Amino acid sequence: MRNIRVPERVQTVDVAEGVSRLWSVRVELPWMTRRPPRNRKWSLGSLTLGTKSNLDLEPGEEGLRETGYHQSGYGGQPGSTVPPIPYGTYNGPVPGYQQAPPPGMSRAPPSSGAPPASTAQGPCGPGAYGQIGQGDIQNGPSSTVQMQRPPGSQSFGSAPLAPVVSQPAVLQPYGPPPTSAQVTAQLAGMQISGAVAPVPPPSGVGYGPPTSLASASGSFPNSGLYGSYPQGQALPLSQAQGHPGAQPPQRSVPPQASSFTPATSGGPRMPSMTGPVPPGQSFGGPPISQPNHVSSPPTQALPSGTQMTGSPGPPPPMHSSPQPGYQLQQNGSFGPGRVPQANYGSPYPGAPSFGSQPGPPQPLPPKRLDPDAIPSPIQVIEDDRNNRGSEPFVTGVRGQVPPLVTTNFLVKDQGNASPRYIRCTSYNIPCTSDMAKQAQVPLAAVIKPLARLPPEEASPYVVDHGESGPLRCNRCKAYMCPFMQFIEGGRRFQCCFCSCINDVPPQYFQHLDHTGKRVDAYDRPELSLGSYEFLATVDYCKNNKFPSPPAFIFMIDVSYNAIRSGLVRLLCEELKSLLDFLPRDGRAEESAIRVGFVTYNKVLHFYNVKSSLAQPQMMVVSDVADMFVPLLDGFLVNVNESRAVITSLLDQIPEMFADTRETETVFAPVIQAGMEALKAAECAGKLFLFHTSLPIAEAPGKLKNRDDRKLINTDKEKILFQPQTGAYQSLAKECVAQGCCVDLFLFPNQYVDVATLSVVPQLTGGSVYKYACFQVDNDQERFLSDLRWDVQKVVGFDAVMRVRTSTGIRAVDFFGAFYMSNTTDVELAGLDGDKTVTVEFKHDDRLNEESGALLQCALLYTSCAGQRRLRIHNLALNCCTQLADLYRNCETDTLINYMAKFAYRGVLSSPVKTVRDALITQCAQILACYRKNCASPSSAGQLILPECMKLLPVYLNCVLKSDVLQPGAEVTTDDRAYVRQLVNSMDVAETNVFFYPRLLPVVRLRTKSPIENTTEPPAVRASEERLSNGDIYLLENGLNLFLWVGASVQQGVVQSLFSVSSFSQITSGLSVLPVLDNPLSKKVRGLIDSLRAQRSRYMKLIVVKQEDKLEMLFKHFLVEDKSLSGGASYVDFLCHMHKEIRQLLS
Amino acid sequence: TMATYLEFIQQNEERDGVRFSWNVWPSSRLEATRMVVPLACLLTPLKERPDLPPVQYEPVLCSRPTCKAILNPLCQVDYRAKLWACNFCFQRNQFPPAYAGISEVNQPAELMPQFSTIEYMIQRGAQSPLIFLYVVDTCLEEDDLQALKESLQMSLSLLPPDALVGLITFGRMVQVHELSCEGISKSYVFRGTKDLTAKQIQDMLGLSKTAMPMQQARPAQPQEHPFASSRFLQPVHKIDMNLTDLLGELQRDPWPVTQGKRPLRSTGVALSIAVGLLEGTFPNTGARIMLFTGGPPTQGPGMVVGDELKVPIRSWHDIEKDNARFMKKATKHYEMLANRAATNGHCIDIYACALDQTGLLEMKCCTNLTGGHMVMGDSFNTSLFKQTFQRIFSKDFNGDFRMAFGATLDVKTSRELKIAGAIGPCVSLNVKGPCVSENELGVGGTSQWKICGLDSTSTLGIYFEVVNQHNAPVPQGGRGAIQFVTQYQHASTQRRVRVTTIARNWADAQSQLRHIEAAFDQEAAAVLMARLGVFRAESEEGPDVLRWLDRQLIRLFMFHLRRSPFLQVFNNSPDESSYYRHHFARQDLTQSLIMIQPILYSYSFHGPPEPVLLDSSSILADRILLMDTFFQIVIYLGETIAQWRKAGYQDMPEYENFKHLLQAPLDDAQEILQARFPMPRYINTEHGGSQARFLLSKVNPSQTHNNLYAWGQIPANTFITEFQETGAPILTDDVSLQVFMDHLKKLAVSSAS
Repeated sequence: MRNIRVPERVQTVDVAEGVSRLWSVRVELPWMTRRPPRNRKWSLGSLTLGTKSNLDLEPGEEGLRETGYHQSGYGGQPGSTVPPIPYGTYNGPVPGYQQAPPPGMSRAPPSSGAPPASTAQGPCGPGAYGQIGQGDIQNGPSSTVQMQRPPGSQSFGSAPLAPVVSQPAVLQPYGPPPTSAQVTAQLAGMQISGAVAPVPPPSGVGYGPPTSLASASGSFPNSGLYGSYPQGQALPLSQAQGHPGAQPPQRSVPPQASSFTPATSGGPRMPSMTGPVPPGQSFGGPPISQPNHVSSPPTQALPSGTQMTGSPGPPPPMHSSPQPGYQLQQNGSFGPGRVPQANYGSPYPGAPSFGSQPGPPQPLPPKRLDPDAIPSPIQVIEDDRNNRGSEPFVTGVRGQVPPLVTTNFLVKDQGNASPRYIRCTSYNIPCTSDMAKQAQVPLAAVIKPLARLPPEEASPYVVDHGESGPLRCNRCKAYMCPFMQFIEGGRRFQCCFCSCINDVPPQYFQHLDHTGKRVDAYDRPELSLGSYEFLATVDYCKNNKFPSPPAFIFMIDVSYNAIRSGLVRLLCEELKSLLDFLPRDGRAEESAIRVGFVTYNKVLHFYNVKSSLAQPQMMVVSDVADMFVPLLDGFLVNVNESRAVITSLLDQIPEMFADTRETETVFAPVIQAGMEALKAAECAGKLFLFHTSLPIAEAPGKLKNRDDRKLINTDKEKILFQPQTGAYQSLAKECVAQGCCVDLFLFPNQYVDVATLSVVPQLTGGSVYKYACFQVDNDQERFLSDLRWDVQKVVGFDAVMRVRTSTGIRAVDFFGAFYMSNTTDVELAGLDGDKTVTVEFKHDDRLNEESGALLQCALLYTSCAGQRRLRIHNLALNCCTQLADLYRNCETDTLINYMAKFAYRGVLSSPVKTVRDALITQCAQILACYRKNCASPSSAGQLILPECMKLLPVYLNCVLKSDVLQPGAEVTTDDRAYVRQLVNSMDVAETNVFFYPRLLPVVRLRTKSPIENTTEPPAVRASEERLSNGDIYLLENGLNLFLWVGASVQQGVVQSLFSVSSFSQITSGLSVLPVLDNPLSKKVRGLIDSLRAQRSRYMKLIVVKQEDKLEMLFKHFLVEDKSLSGGASYVDFLCHMHKEIRQLLS
Repeated sequence: TMATYLEFIQQNEERDGVRFSWNVWPSSRLEATRMVVPLACLLTPLKERPDLPPVQYEPVLCSRPTCKAILNPLCQVDYRAKLWACNFCFQRNQFPPAYAGISEVNQPAELMPQFSTIEYMIQRGAQSPLIFLYVVDTCLEEDDLQALKESLQMSLSLLPPDALVGLITFGRMVQVHELSCEGISKSYVFRGTKDLTAKQIQDMLGLSKTAMPMQQARPAQPQEHPFASSRFLQPVHKIDMNLTDLLGELQRDPWPVTQGKRPLRSTGVALSIAVGLLEGTFPNTGARIMLFTGGPPTQGPGMVVGDELKVPIRSWHDIEKDNARFMKKATKHYEMLANRAATNGHCIDIYACALDQTGLLEMKCCTNLTGGHMVMGDSFNTSLFKQTFQRIFSKDFNGDFRMAFGATLDVKTSRELKIAGAIGPCVSLNVKGPCVSENELGVGGTSQWKICGLDSTSTLGIYFEVVNQHNAPVPQGGRGAIQFVTQYQHASTQRRVRVTTIARNWADAQSQLRHIEAAFDQEAAAVLMARLGVFRAESEEGPDVLRWLDRQLIRLFMFHLRRSPFLQVFNNSPDESSYYRHHFARQDLTQSLIMIQPILYSYSFHGPPEPVLLDSSSILADRILLMDTFFQIVIYLGETIAQWRKAGYQDMPEYENFKHLLQAPLDDAQEILQARFPMPRYINTEHGGSQARFLLSKVNPSQTHNNLYAWGQIPANTFITEFQETGAPILTDDVSLQVFMDHLKKLAVSSAS
């Protein structure tokens, strides 16, 4: 169980895992001040077409108000219903940022005594943002945008309407607001309910935004009562009335949706892609632990609320915002401006205002600029799918930007490595370091040397040069590749990396054709392909001996906890069959990998499973202080030869320890033992550790419980991420030297110090899996899926990776799970197809536009069968003298991958706030540089984003709000450390979905009957506003998978999916959908399976009902919204970013 | 008279297991000192006495706390008053109530003269089972290991069913096998290089209280099976199948041994763990740790030699040159273990079978201090080892093992005597008392010793000092008395006490010298002096000891003693020396004499077998010789005999007498082999045979190549014929007895003058 500390007021929620979580409630008030935009300049055009998307802020005052956005939004949606009015209002006097600031300042829960906590956390964020946010951004949601969303989804619309109601309760109260008491009550209610989508839910549809707006707008009318504010509130009210209005927008959605779908379909390959994916896991006890920030705003809010209540309608005004009405509308209602944007100070006085106002709308709807008007990740992804999903990506041309990771496409290798192996932040590198510094765009490559390919793509050819081994440049040792220049009739070649001229060995000689190309170029993979392998000679082997086949050692904790939870029995049972699926090379009939078994608690038990024995023999080593391997012969065996003995052993292990009372465990000695065993057997290999508790038994690597939440948000917070002792680093170093990779499966019931325990896996290229409060019944499927995948996947052992570059740049920094004993060689005891290394480059000279820049990644490794090989990936990039070229060829997803890893490493040495600030600053610099150097002149009030980076703010905001950088109260220290190390090895696709989860409407599946099971519906933006309470959504981020069920989902749907007759009968927290024979059930389950198949870790499903307490977990992943831990909403962050940029520019 | 004294001596030995150097004691310190040979005795505490059934009650003790002598036939008893006077301290004691019926005609056994030795059976106290802990080296050649495994499996059938048995194997690592588990065999493994304290060992084996929370958790069954607490020692009847299988599956140490290396053998740690295990589970309970090893310890504490084959194991030469790197440290390690084992009443046996040395020199204290056996052989796959090992488990007339454990020997003396020390397989219990002399001979400074393992032949030499002043009169009553009280755990697991009380007359050396001389036991004196000599040799430099011995009484046997392997290290490895000395310090008088002066019998057609001089002149062509050196039985066929045998005469009916002649020594040898422990090396050889060296090295070299040639008596071409009449010349630089005696005479004269 985890204890999460409770702020002043706490609520406990039982989460699936049984964790109780407390959260403080923060309500953030949107800022009141929003200026009515005069114009919206968002031109959709620019977006869509756009090489760049511009957000034009109202020139008016400096501070443009976010209102702008909203307005636009409103405008659009409301179109039918409300439109005019809102605008009008806006135009009115706008409070502007300034006002906003105050709130920020007050952050601390002013009157309300809002949750201080939040303030604390949202260090910089709040204040700054707040102000900024308010800045006026206008998006003028262009009509086009709206257009797009036309009403397609009527059904939604309607649904939404009803749904809207969901909050209604709250809303209504507001309506009546009057008594403070009431208000509070309402607030409370709201919060509890999970601050659920107060909004007009309906928007669920992809484009959701409109909907929300719409609803809002809709409400307005109703709210009319309230006066201008109402809008926010109105929403609630609107339900009744508003809906109508709302609907329209919703409808608008559909169209878009439709457009999306096509896209999807367009990429027929998607399925294939997914196919290969292994089962992935989700975090340990995803539900509970992960749910990061779930906070319920309520209490604090109340106070303010009260105030508000005092003057029912007026509340908004309370804030003194000039035009309450507007403000309200925009931010959610509370316009009063004061407030808060969620992220930032979250708890502001503003919060209160919310309460007072339209209870319901409070949270969500508040201040948004027009969400539809700001760059939409969903749109970008869909566009890319549509545009690039149908044609294969041919790698022949230098400097091409590949399709997005979210797009399914085939790759044809014509001389450059597939983007599956290497992706860059930019495919066009500034020629000089000055330019690079100016742009601040990190130059990095995300390399996944052993990436798995879809079946349609051939794995790299293996080239055997016999005893002479691969041909290399004499000076820089680069390997022969398509970029090497053959000269002098083919007798020599000039190295494309260092320009050294080398002789061509006689046996390799070949004539050149008239273009100077070797006539055999297309017969030789190393002369024509971007990726290929060489067979290594004995010179490339340790001790000049060809390696023996690797070994797997299973090391099982058999202490009390492991036995009691059923883990040991489950694991032993599984291993019996799993051992038949050890990885093998190519078509080998039998895996060459040998296996060994160890169990342990306070002492270690080794097993002799030699095939000649009638029974296994157990050898106990109690000398944990000085670990050694007690046997040689019979420890590592061939599975088939020793099957009977192994089976007997696996049968007996659970029995032998069934009565154990031993609760203490050791850890470092276990790894030490495994490593020594491999050393004794003179082979590389992998340890699979199954561990349950903090190793407190007297032994090397003994740990203390040093979890101290008081350190959060202090300068000492970094300590929580650092290992407790240096013992594990040195142990890891020994492991790497032996080629001993460590995979760790954790089953903690409490703090186990993941930060320390994961050191060895991290440094040896291993993986960590965490299953908090493991119970066989609940977690069996997830664990077994992960285990199967982890055991079966192909791994390279004892690897060294070297990245060579052409003169002018060089690799300076590396991120990932590996060890480095010098500055150039990345040593990986083990490397599998899921592991990624991010490499940063810096200039050390001037680059040449003509020759471009070359990367060559060479990975020397031992295959599963014990073959020593070299895998080579080459990539040529363009170089530019114009910054615009840089910005035109960037890839935001890769950039985010790099920035997240950089930031996550930063928390080891700097306060989290510093890290966040640095990220924001860098992002602002990047965008400011663009604005200054590349964008056509425009008013300072305009936010102009380069087309390739228009998602940078939203994605970066997701990184900033992540559990590592801005943890909620219920996020445990272990969770943070766990996520930190997970991200470290993620590839671009994984970071993309991890930071910006996919949210898929499900019911639409049914409505669009022809869609096949495997086809995914178009995603919707991760915001509560986009949820329709008449729909069901799947949300996944690569680790977690939620099925959110709206409260107004049709009974028929409920019946089809859950086999119960009503919404109320659905079991909250359910993790398995019943297998029912109807199209919807099949489709949904099919979709879930397909999502899981795309991830390397199994995602455990959690069914969340709208307004159920579990919903908090779910909402944490609605990353465009404010987070309860103080993370900014997308809109607010964008405003903030704009302000930062402007400061830089001025 | 001699005859009567011989009888007396023999009688006493048979009844009490005691042989004194002097059977009439000089009455003053001065005179005793002049006698040169100290007053001492050889005591065989548990001498087999089929005619002496133990009594079923407990002994009556003198009530004086410092005395506590046991009621014996020498005590004066007042039957009417029901009092008895202690003959050592003269304390008058009440008989206990159970003796109320006592009278002149109704005496308890312990008052009868024929019960000068009596054995009591103690009924009190918990009986503990016998414990056998096998410590097995797995760095053996395959066939050697196989033979050893078979011997061990066989031994299980010889153990009493309720005996506890345990198994530790070692090579590079040390494995303590858990014998209680079903299905999976389980062992605890220790690094062979790391010295662990007893506590660490017990913690790691899960024997310490704190390490067994499980047991605390179930208080239900408190002490039902007090001995079940150790998973490592289990009753034979419960696990003999298991253990037989386990032994059968024992593999050679799997760690690779590269060319030019010795296997890594962790004997030191294995013994340390064995000692620690018993210490933690069965302190003060009789137990045998039986170490079977096939080579020297090569790593960890107690290592004797490194694993580089090119560096040979230390020789006497190395030791003299202080070149034995590991010896002192190793010796210290084993001494520490031996003392711990002794403290807990556990004995350690060493069965070392290898062609090269195995480190007995360093490890000897383990057996010597605990009363364990030391057996040295060439291979486990020899009958020498197999039969010796089997003989460990031989039984006496009662069907009990011939082994006893955890004995304490307490010696009490009359006031005129003090105890100077003991030499034998014992350690001091450091009990000071009025009867302990300040002068030490052997292990002194105490009146009590612990003998952890002993059998019916284990014999200690016990040395006394006469403290009566010169002017003081012969003590009242004219007799001095000594009481030996041996408490021990009988093989049947009972506690027993054997009490031997002897008395000898005092005599004034000036007036009654003849008496004293007549009562001198030359054999006992020889052995006792030899023990002293060996004891010194163990702790001092060799030549000094010889010189000391030469200054003492000179007798014939001294000539042989000087040449014996007990004192002479030339031609013997340190291990061999240790081995010989080990046995010399514990065998009874007869065996000891054989060791000092081997027996040579001659078989011929001229008459019945006769003992002949251990001299080269006894080696004749038409004789068969049978030599018993204790460690070797050699049958040697003279040249002619050998030729006859080769010609097959024994198979011809008309030469049946030759067949009988050939058979006679074989039969006699068998008889010796049957009885002896350890099994002697049995050598059947003939003239010119390579193994004839065993005989030639023992005989007195009255003819050597030196004197033959020097005297020019024998032309080279008549060499062989000549020998047939005069015996065989011995190729040696040793001097003959003749030369030795001549030299001695000179010395005696010159020193007298």
